[in-house]
Amino acid sequence: MSGSFTKSMARNIFYGGSLFFVLLFLALTFDTQEAIPHRDAHQMITPQVALGKKVWEENDCIGCHTILGEGAYFAPELGNVYKRRGPAFIKAWIKSQPSGVHGRRQMPQFHLTDKELDALVAFFKYTSEIDTNHWPPNIQG
Amino acid sequence: MKYSSQAVAKPYFIAAVGLFVGQILFGLIMGLQYVVGDFLFPAIPFNVARMVHTNLLIVWLLFGFMGAAYYLVPEEAERELQSPRLALALFWIFLVAGVLTILGYLLVPYAGLAKLTGNAIWPTMGREFLEQPTITKLGIVVVALGFLFNIGMTILRGRKTAVSLVLLIGLTGLAVLFLFSLYNPTNLVEDKFYWWWVVHLWVEGVWELILGSILAFVLIKITGVDREVIEKWLYVIIAMTLITGVIGTGHHYYWIGTPGYWKWWGSIFSAMEPIPFFMMTVFAFNMVNRRRRNHPNKAATLWALGCAVMAFLGAGVWGFLHTLAPVNYYTHGTQITAAHGHMAFYGAYVMIVLTMISYAMPQLRGRVANNERAQVLEMWSFWLMTVSMVFITLFLTAAGILQVWLQRYSENPQPFMVVQEKLALFYWMREVAGLVFLLGLVLYVASFFVQGEEVQVVEGGTAEAAA
Ligand code: HEC
Ligand code: HEM
Ligand code: HEM
Ligand SMILES: [Fe+2]
Repeated sequence: MSGSFTKSMARNIFYGGSLFFVLLFLALTFDTQEAIPHRDAHQMITPQVALGKKVWEENDCIGCHTILGEGAYFAPELGNVYKRRGPAFIKAWIKSQPSGVHGRRQMPQFHLTDKELDALVAFFKYTSEIDTNHWPPNIQG
Repeated sequence: MKYSSQAVAKPYFIAAVGLFVGQILFGLIMGLQYVVGDFLFPAIPFNVARMVHTNLLIVWLLFGFMGAAYYLVPEEAERELQSPRLALALFWIFLVAGVLTILGYLLVPYAGLAKLTGNAIWPTMGREFLEQPTITKLGIVVVALGFLFNIGMTILRGRKTAVSLVLLIGLTGLAVLFLFSLYNPTNLVEDKFYWWWVVHLWVEGVWELILGSILAFVLIKITGVDREVIEKWLYVIIAMTLITGVIGTGHHYYWIGTPGYWKWWGSIFSAMEPIPFFMMTVFAFNMVNRRRRNHPNKAATLWALGCAVMAFLGAGVWGFLHTLAPVNYYTHGTQITAAHGHMAFYGAYVMIVLTMISYAMPQLRGRVANNERAQVLEMWSFWLMTVSMVFITLFLTAAGILQVWLQRYSENPQPFMVVQEKLALFYWMREVAGLVFLLGLVLYVASFFVQGEEVQVVEGGTAEAAA
């Protein structure tokens, strides 16, 4: 890069270009905020679901699992686990961990109350209803 | 070293390398747990090891950035640091807070840590990379503010160069965007939407400004090329970074409940994100080829060039691989993501911090460059770590392709755990490559202790070596 293209021109492209695209991003953010109520299943967010999210966070389930494809890649996707496994299985599963199978990946025992387990199930039911543009490709997640 | 206050960078660099070793040890634990599932269970469950691995990574990179800023800013501003004492105080606060948080992860069950630190009052924990207790997050904000004040005042009162201004913009952006880690709505879609304002807008936005600025600084020093030329490149590179990378955030908004138009915005803009990384590679090689002096610190030159190449491969090539929506539909949240995450973080941010340490540490220890033997050892560690990271990435990519095929694409998709067992061979090979990485890291640390004949110095410090 040389000749007539000067440093101050480069600087102006940086400031002008960045500002323009930051503003465009904010506009898109605003539009997204307007649009997501039609897709985010927020009508399902009850106090029970809120508790479920809290249990999810305070036990760091994301440290092994993905949810809507984000998190860790050590254990199954859980955004759609409600549809894959159903409520009874989910509760029984969490209560019966760890499996103790020799050499198999282990999930800890979290000592959750029935109320917390029901809240987790409600949370998973909610996440399975979010409109994700048909992701994941199939029920295995 | 031209200003005595630059010396505060030294403890920052030492802490960075120390925590780096910890990060890799926990990476190896996880790598083994991938194939021997009950290894260290229940003492260190996988999620705990992962938190320690990723949080140590972020914390040591922040130590590295801060050290780099404390070294670079006085030299650019041509005056002493505003307050070296503040810099040292913040060092200890950050180190103690960081170590306490890591110990909290390891010694207390996570739910207990949440209770202990009052997560219920202001819940921000339990999200990937942002697992720190709320109080730690607030502490980070305070440290960042003190740091920015210190750096900002130094720049404001001294010579203002493009290098230091870009660094300041990057660091300010880092601190401001981190504030979104304190926002955690119950609505999962919104939670995820703003979570990426920290994670994506960091690594594909403001951190790239920090990267560009440090790279420009080191290149000015080791090549002696005219500052005007280097700073022009810097502006063009970071302009491309933000022009592509800000809207590029959309490549994370395909499948999380956000509107379908993000598939277009995200694909088109993020497909252009490799451009600034490519320019960085051209830039680095160009400047080194046009060098006006042969700096005796060959290791630092190697790190600088390696950083540019590996950042392009990890972020540019491996990022592009899975960034288009129709591809990402299948690769989202698989080992492909892990492959990219490793090479991109290593190539861009680990290597730029090691570049700066390689350039600055000898000067902080009172010499222009390390002795020949120390440099040779450091260059060995460069190759061992870099080549093994390439292999880690290749093995994870192979695992990822198989995973996508078996679990997502083929006629009869198989369950996650069934597929994982079939990938064991690749995970074993990744673990072996990880051990080689550790060996490289051990040699790296050892290179600081190698004695030898001093490199001859012509007056002025960074001039030619007496050849
Ligand atoms: C230390 C890692 C780890 C953590 C933390 C963890 N899990 Fe798991 N989880 C696993 C593993 C591994 C499996 C698969 C085990 C197997 O198949 O034997 C699993 C399986 C599951 C399943 C069954 C999925 C299916 O489709 O079969 C559910 C449901 C589940 N976990 C829920 C949770 C919840 C809720 C939390 C947080 C409270 C959590 N997990 C935390 C490791 C973990
Ligand atoms: C400097 C070197 C390294 C860097 C920068 C690094 C960085 C990271 C990052 C960013 C993640 C999160 C990944 C993601 O969400 O996609 C991660 C996870 C992980 N890392 Fe590393 N890492 C390094 C070295 C290693 C080594 C040497 C090993 C082991 C051999 C390792 C094993 C792992 C494992 C197993 C995970 C968890 C992946 C999962 O969620 O399933 N890392 N690392
Ligand atoms: C140095 C710069 C970069 C770093 C450090 C980096 C790091 C990461 C990490 C750690 C993740 C995993 C996040 C998670 O855990 O969910 C990720 C995801 C992703 N990155 Fe990057 N990245 C960089 C640049 C890029 C670029 C330039 C592109 C595109 C060209 C890109 C495309 C993607 C995509 C599409 C994902 C989502 C993967 C998924 O759907 O699971 N990245 N990146
Ligand atoms: Fe991104």
